[in-house]
Amino acid sequence: MLLLSETGQFSTRYADDRRVFRLRQARLGIIALLAFSYLVVPLWASDYWLSAILIPFLVLSLAGLGLNLLTGYAGQLSLGTAAFMAVGAFAAYNFQLRVEGLPFLASFLLGGLVAAAAGVVFGLPSLRIKGFYLIVSTLAAQFLVEWALTKFGWFSNFNPSGVITAPPLSVLGVDLSSPAGRYLLTLAVVTVLFVVAVRIVRSDLGRNWMAVRDMDTAAAVIGIPVARTKLLAFAIGAFYCGVAGSLWAFAYLGTVEPHGFDLNRSFQVLFIVIIGGLGSILGNFLGAAFIVLLPLLMSNLGGSLLGGVIDPGDTENLQKILFGVLIILFLIREPEGLASLWRGLRARARVWPLRD
Amino acid sequence: MDFFLEVLIGGLLAGVMYSMVAIGFVLIFKASGVFNFAQGSMVLFAALTFVSLLERGFAFWSAFAATLASMLVLAWAIERGVLRHLVNRPPITLFMATLGVSFIIEGLAQLLWGAQVHGLELGIKDEPLEFGGVLLSSFDLFAAGTAAALVLALSLLFSRTRIGLSLRAVADDPLAALSVGIRLQRIWGVVWAVAGFVSLVAGLLWGARLGVQFSLSLVVLKALPVLIIGGFSSIGGAIVGGLIVGASEKLAEVYVGPLIGDGLENWFPYVLALLFLLVRPAGLFGERAIERV
Repeated sequence: MLLLSETGQFSTRYADDRRVFRLRQARLGIIALLAFSYLVVPLWASDYWLSAILIPFLVLSLAGLGLNLLTGYAGQLSLGTAAFMAVGAFAAYNFQLRVEGLPFLASFLLGGLVAAAAGVVFGLPSLRIKGFYLIVSTLAAQFLVEWALTKFGWFSNFNPSGVITAPPLSVLGVDLSSPAGRYLLTLAVVTVLFVVAVRIVRSDLGRNWMAVRDMDTAAAVIGIPVARTKLLAFAIGAFYCGVAGSLWAFAYLGTVEPHGFDLNRSFQVLFIVIIGGLGSILGNFLGAAFIVLLPLLMSNLGGSLLGGVIDPGDTENLQKILFGVLIILFLIREPEGLASLWRGLRARARVWPLRD
Repeated sequence: MDFFLEVLIGGLLAGVMYSMVAIGFVLIFKASGVFNFAQGSMVLFAALTFVSLLERGFAFWSAFAATLASMLVLAWAIERGVLRHLVNRPPITLFMATLGVSFIIEGLAQLLWGAQVHGLELGIKDEPLEFGGVLLSSFDLFAAGTAAALVLALSLLFSRTRIGLSLRAVADDPLAALSVGIRLQRIWGVVWAVAGFVSLVAGLLWGARLGVQFSLSLVVLKALPVLIIGGFSSIGGAIVGGLIVGASEKLAEVYVGPLIGDGLENWFPYVLALLFLLVRPAGLFGERAIERV
């Protein structure tokens, strides 16, 4: 199609090659999409859609991005995503609680930084251990963090059940505690962090990550500082997860307990990354949409089609089975995830109506 | 001192139970390089099937045989439905596929047999026995005996039978094994079936200890540090790792727990495993990988 034609759009400088959206039509598309999500969605979407579907979708995309930077780009397998989210959430909560007049966005940022520090600590073993042995380190993070947050009351301001409750959200004096406000806040944070992520991936650091992922011994041989590269991957990945965790606690749930960030949450984010596509930025959105929408779809379908035949307890088990089957199918048929399906579609559309 | 010994030996015996799950892992990892996260759900599936059959009036041995048969079918289905299509994929893909398998098995087990907790009585009394002033649980001793028998049987299988010889060949070098005419896929089927048998035994012991319920599938998380300490590819390592984890976990709970708060058995094995890895990156008995660029 003419509109999608990429002919004549050359990169004449290195800076061009690093742009977030290199092609004119991609830029137009993303501007349209952003305008739609910022202006139209908050007006038209119901409160249910905003607070039960769109906000978790955005937050999970962000967490997926964090894991994807670490696992998909830098090749360091992690099962501790939820731990980093928990660190971010509880750190942001404590900054908010203990520092008078700290702006919300600043506490998100600080929460992310604390999560990054945790990421570096649990990333240190990656300098010596490789592959599967590494999941021990991130699993240690997972169990240790969950235990510490439950055990030591200080983290949750001595709440007897370890629950933290977010104060009403407001940024620069604007009250954002309505569903639309929380949606816009989440969307803004996610937009900024995604742009940053794309820039990182296209920078020297991103290239180094991919070299380390493909073979770290070879990367070391050609002079890439492997240790620094790996630790930066842990820091930045955990930072993204930490911010996602604070958004999860403050903008989505409002109250959250340490067990909300258990191993199952880590697996959920891992599935987002696998289904969306390892080593893809767009894939995080696709995977998160899939993970958020699938259970809704299934319970609605199950309710209307099979209501009465199958009792609710079984639906949950069926859902689990279907989930497992889908994961395996994806791994077998589309190992590069939904993002690769999308690339295929785009390649088709480019030459449509001709065939390739 | 007696108290220390009691805690130590109690921990060692509990560690044997971890080893049982870890052995299933090692078998599969050796033969196919798959890090099988579904081992825990296989334990759950086996125990749940067995106990439900017992409750429906089957005798012990017929229930055992029927469960074993279902584990064999499960192993066959996994090899056919999943592994066969994922040959030559990176290990991380295979690992995630077994995550999917564990979801399916858990869903299936609870769909078939329900989610309530079942008691399992194996007819072994759990009473304290006294040996030279140290109290030991007779059930733990029985479990340790079973594990020893299992390891003996497995090592006989590996060293004395034709199929064991092919298993070792595949573990050593899959490509060379293929070229001398060993059927890789059949070996995988056999290995998964043996792992199914191991998880049945582990499921019965764990089920009798904890009650047969969903949390049984979480023993996989206990077996993981065991594997790491012992190395992924050594059955002896799995046993030693299990003993180390069991003993140190109990000792830490008793002696360190009061200092920093209880409930540390969830993460302690992982931190321990991490410390081991920092000294020996391939575990105690693992094979050191040689990398070529």
